[in-house]
Amino acid sequence: MTNWMLVAVLLGVMAVAYHLGLTRSRVMARAGNARRAAMHSRPGYYGALVALWCGLPAFLVFAVWNIAEPSLIRNAVVTMLSSEAGTMTSQQVGIAMQRIESIASGFGVAGDVTPVEAAAAAEMARLQAIGFYTKIALVMAIVLGGLVFAYRRIKPDFRARNHVEQIVRIAMFLASGVAILTTVGIVLSMVSETLRFFSFVSPLDFFFGTVWDPRFSTTGAAGGGYGILPLLSGTLLVSVVAMTVAVPVGLMTAIFLAEYATPRFRSIAKPVIEVLAGIPTIVYGVFALIVVGPFFSSVGAAIGLEIRATSALTAGFVMGIMLIPFISSLSDDIITQVPRSLRDASMGLGATRSETIRRVVLPAALPGVVGAVLLAASRAIGETMIVVLAAGNSPVLQGNPFEAVSTVTVTIVNQLTGDQDFASPQSLVAFALGLTLFVITLGLNVVALYIVRKYREQYD
Amino acid sequence: MNMANSQPGSMMTNTLGKAASQQMSREVTVSAQDVKVYYGDTQAIKGINLDIYRNEVIAFIGPSGCGKSTFLRVLNRMNDTIDGCRVEGKVTLDGEDIYDKSLDVVLLRARVGMVFQKPNPFPKSIFENIAYGPRLHGLASSKTDLEGIVESSLKRAGLWNEVKDRLDQPGTGLSGGQQQRLCIARTIAVSPEMILMDEPCSALDPIATAKVEELISELSREYTIAIVTHSMQQAARVSHRTAYFHLGDLIEVNATDKVFTQPEHELTEAYITGRFG
Repeated sequence: MTNWMLVAVLLGVMAVAYHLGLTRSRVMARAGNARRAAMHSRPGYYGALVALWCGLPAFLVFAVWNIAEPSLIRNAVVTMLSSEAGTMTSQQVGIAMQRIESIASGFGVAGDVTPVEAAAAAEMARLQAIGFYTKIALVMAIVLGGLVFAYRRIKPDFRARNHVEQIVRIAMFLASGVAILTTVGIVLSMVSETLRFFSFVSPLDFFFGTVWDPRFSTTGAAGGGYGILPLLSGTLLVSVVAMTVAVPVGLMTAIFLAEYATPRFRSIAKPVIEVLAGIPTIVYGVFALIVVGPFFSSVGAAIGLEIRATSALTAGFVMGIMLIPFISSLSDDIITQVPRSLRDASMGLGATRSETIRRVVLPAALPGVVGAVLLAASRAIGETMIVVLAAGNSPVLQGNPFEAVSTVTVTIVNQLTGDQDFASPQSLVAFALGLTLFVITLGLNVVALYIVRKYREQYD
Repeated sequence: MNMANSQPGSMMTNTLGKAASQQMSREVTVSAQDVKVYYGDTQAIKGINLDIYRNEVIAFIGPSGCGKSTFLRVLNRMNDTIDGCRVEGKVTLDGEDIYDKSLDVVLLRARVGMVFQKPNPFPKSIFENIAYGPRLHGLASSKTDLEGIVESSLKRAGLWNEVKDRLDQPGTGLSGGQQQRLCIARTIAVSPEMILMDEPCSALDPIATAKVEELISELSREYTIAIVTHSMQQAARVSHRTAYFHLGDLIEVNATDKVFTQPEHELTEAYITGRFG
């Protein structure tokens, strides 16, 4: 019987408990009708409460046990091992424990098994067996205890409905807590890794260095240049090109769909445009690399401009196309939310449709549109696949969109691919880069919020 | 419904003729001839003939869904903005067919202004709300000129004293009644010939309503006003003539006191005595 079977049994017991609670409350209600007031809550609530009392504590204990058990057993075995084989370094312990775990689980190991190892493995298997049966016994005891406790509480005046409500509230609180804690955890771990990186490279060199050339070194020291500026300039260049393509096209698409298109056209066009958002970015990247890049290059050659096939222009243009549905879809929703009464007022004063859009609808929708644009901008800054393939990967500080560039995201990919020691500055720099990106997008969002608050034209 | 169908449409022209003859000879501003309106397949108005005279206040009353608001919107072609709405018949403004292909709808709406049921000031400053129309139509040659238009419009709407110190504040920050008078001022600012009001007081409290009604009476010296209202008292207070609509038909139109004291048609009588509505 594995853990999964135990979970399945638990769920089964909960179903049974639900029915027990349901039936008991129904019986009670029938009996109560004759003499006293009926039950406080509907039968389903009593059932749910019994099931929850039965299952939740058991699941909690089960989870805690599963987390704690391996390290407890490991400690016991290590103590036994060190008393028999003398003191060992932590590395030796690690290797020995891995062998013992393999022996205990029955998979076997390469090489001969020493008597000490065999004894330790036997001890481990014994402890695991004891642990497992204790766990089952404990969980089942709690299940039964919960069941009896909740079952006996079912009385006509027992407010099961309110109790269930409370449990639901706690569950939702915990769920939101998971998301928040995860975010905080990610940020904290990024910050600590970044600090580690800064122990190799000074923050001044990182933030204001103009040369990006992290050389591989076997000593673990930082060699070459770790300046972020060439990467930021590349990111900026690609994003600006992307936004130049996406904002006008997306916004005009949104205005057309919201104000001019017939319902029939809109019902066809909107899903088709949104399909653009569903295309995986790697497909866009391939498209940029194979089709758009050579096309720009040949157009450039025809008009006497030197345009590299993989350049900020190529990557930015294709990224812009990818962002069109973001801007158009979000803006369209916002524009259609502007109340009809405002349009009527403007038209009633003798404004044309485009005058109404320019002077009334867009100003009223502006905060939302700005939000949509900034959302697209942070997508552009964080976008990876397209730039990996089509931007040329040339981390040089320059401002020509026709040249190859490299971005922060591309560099993170480069630093973490290949055979790397994750404790070396060459890898740790990825955390510093990631944190910088995170701060930039966070800043964008803050600015967006500020603009939205300040320039909001309030309509009800 | 049966009652309405049993009545031939011809009697409308009779009452109309009588009403006209009872008034002193006045200039016709708007003339509707056999106007029919369809929303998709549903017919909302079933052939209405009505003349509206210069500088009169005419009230449209009738139970919900009788077509009074729809008819009002025919007069400045606001129905054009509704999908699937179709208008048949002929409507003239100063002798000019407003459904003619060569007519500029945008200019028509400047000539026939509209005030809506719910106050709908733009989410802009009070000044910008009034200046919106004059700017669109290039009515002001300079900034001082524009300020003059804003001031006189607000004065005529009786709002100047209340807002003159805060013209740069958002119009949406005013009270409901002030907002509605702001909307009226906004309409006046483009110097229309006629103002259509679609239940302008239905979202206002009694005191604000009284102010707007007072304003309507004053405005009638300069403008022709057509007002749709659910309140018969309001129709009685502000209008010179009253038109009673029933299920897409114009049942009766006559001097207001006559409609309310001696209605010619039993449907009108039933409505004003509160047997339905």
